[in-house]
Amino acid sequence: MRTAATGMARRQSRTAWVFLTPGLTLFFLFVLIPVVAAFYLSFCRYDIIHSPVWVGNQNYARIAEDLGHRGVFYLSLRNTAQYALGTIPIGMALALLLALLLNTGIRGIAIYRTAYYLPVVTSLVAVSLVWMWIYDPSYGLLNYLLQLLSRGISTITGREFPISPQTWLGDPGQAMPAIIAMSIWRGLGYNMVIYLAGLQGIPDHLHEAAIIDGATPWQRFWAITWPLLKPTTAFILVVSVIGASQVFAQVYVMTNGGPNNATTVIVHQIFRNAFSFMKMGYASAMAFVLFGIIFVMSLINLRLLRGGEVEYV
Amino acid sequence: MKRHLRFSLLHLVLAAGAVSMILPFLWMLSTSLKPESQIFRFPPVWLPDRWQWSNYVEAMQAAAFARYFINTLIYAGAVTITNLLFCSMAAYAFARLRFRGRNLLFILVLGTMMIPGQVTMVPVFIMLKHWPFAGGNDALGLGGHGLLNSYTGLVLPVAVSAFGIFLLRQFFMTLPSELEDAARIDGCSEAGIYWRIILPLSKPALATLSIFTFTAAWNEFLWPLLIMSKDSMKTLQVGLQVFQTQYTTRWDLLMAGTVLVTLPVLIVFLVGQRYFTRGIALTGMKG
Repeated sequence: MRTAATGMARRQSRTAWVFLTPGLTLFFLFVLIPVVAAFYLSFCRYDIIHSPVWVGNQNYARIAEDLGHRGVFYLSLRNTAQYALGTIPIGMALALLLALLLNTGIRGIAIYRTAYYLPVVTSLVAVSLVWMWIYDPSYGLLNYLLQLLSRGISTITGREFPISPQTWLGDPGQAMPAIIAMSIWRGLGYNMVIYLAGLQGIPDHLHEAAIIDGATPWQRFWAITWPLLKPTTAFILVVSVIGASQVFAQVYVMTNGGPNNATTVIVHQIFRNAFSFMKMGYASAMAFVLFGIIFVMSLINLRLLRGGEVEYV
Repeated sequence: MKRHLRFSLLHLVLAAGAVSMILPFLWMLSTSLKPESQIFRFPPVWLPDRWQWSNYVEAMQAAAFARYFINTLIYAGAVTITNLLFCSMAAYAFARLRFRGRNLLFILVLGTMMIPGQVTMVPVFIMLKHWPFAGGNDALGLGGHGLLNSYTGLVLPVAVSAFGIFLLRQFFMTLPSELEDAARIDGCSEAGIYWRIILPLSKPALATLSIFTFTAAWNEFLWPLLIMSKDSMKTLQVGLQVFQTQYTTRWDLLMAGTVLVTLPVLIVFLVGQRYFTRGIALTGMKG
């Protein structure tokens, strides 16, 4: 019996390693070695043609210097933060609101879910192109809608209410808000579906009991729904912060960082330095700064939202 | 009656939101079918005087969309197959087999999810370029372009994912072990249990992972942009972006191209919708 048991243990262990070999080999080759190599490169000058030259902490010193005199990398950090602060709170609030509305037992939930989820499955390049056309300063749909709005207000109030056509992506002050609006539109359905799943996990009897006790919908939301949704909110927040830190495609397609670096973001700078300016070492140092930001932000988010987890029986 | 009114109001709000979600797609479709003369008209028209289907033909002649389509299909298809296989194998080992260092190894694999792809992309690019004996390279990886501009180079670094391993492991853990024990007593090997019992029972999870991986690969931009610089090797997303830089004001052709790129994944979504939303519930809640 004992030999049979150890035989099985040995057999299991052997099978396990065979099954793990392809996956672990790939991780070793394309994650582990590259991370170590990137860390090494971040202390080198490397243009891909000549061999890497060790320069100590020069790349990191350059980043610090850039931050000091508000250079391009500083701008990319600021713009990424703007993007995150612009997309995440509004996007999450809208998603939660929609999920709450859909969770009222209304009919046609499947149709609405499909409509709101449609932009999520479409590629960022494609939706960026469509929105560039919508934002077109001369013939775009958005300026037309503004014109309609201006006419509507004029008719209602009886007074002229002119709204001049906007430049949108061509204007340093409007380009980032325009990218943010498009990104909220694209990500809404994803967060909504996750919130909807979270809401459906809240047992009905809690709300029923609260109704009997005379609680208003507002009170029920803050006493039952919001605390029980905390893990869902934590998940969406962490995923959104990581995603926003890595924003790239819509910036690259819609503005390529312009006008005048008003929309350049961290990954855009990494990409440019590595593959346009061939400063692979400097780009690697930037990538580790990004890594650090994501790491710290995720820890903060989890810490903030872990406390006070609630369970009702 | 009051309840009825409230639901009507709710429908009004939700429908208005849904329309604003779909409006950009209708605008895309409308533009793609307009004659050039109607593109630059203000106020814009929604329905063209005559439907200019030839825009699609012209777009396909202006850029090699047919070729991009095949490249994307190969890329997304290959990544999906390799992920299904390698992720499920690793997940089976982590979920069902006992071996030393299992938990530590699993945590390490999960830990790789923390590393943003931008950290590894430069070294991976260099590795692929200097891959020995590939693309005209010698044993030292010099002389040629290596695995750049090749399907292998595009697929291999993303052929397995920690996310996929995690997702499948969580699912495998929920399967009852009675069937397995019975199969073991009947002399079935561990590989046989994986292939004949675990995989068939895990069809919903495998379908979810397939759809996730396929659409993510289909829509991926930065990664193929790095690896595929040769026009004949570009994927749809990269090809579309380059097309845009060349035809900046031909919105009729650009939108026709965008429809071509978007349509396949929209069809996959509409057909396999329940897997999308179920998959989100599965990954979102357990995350």
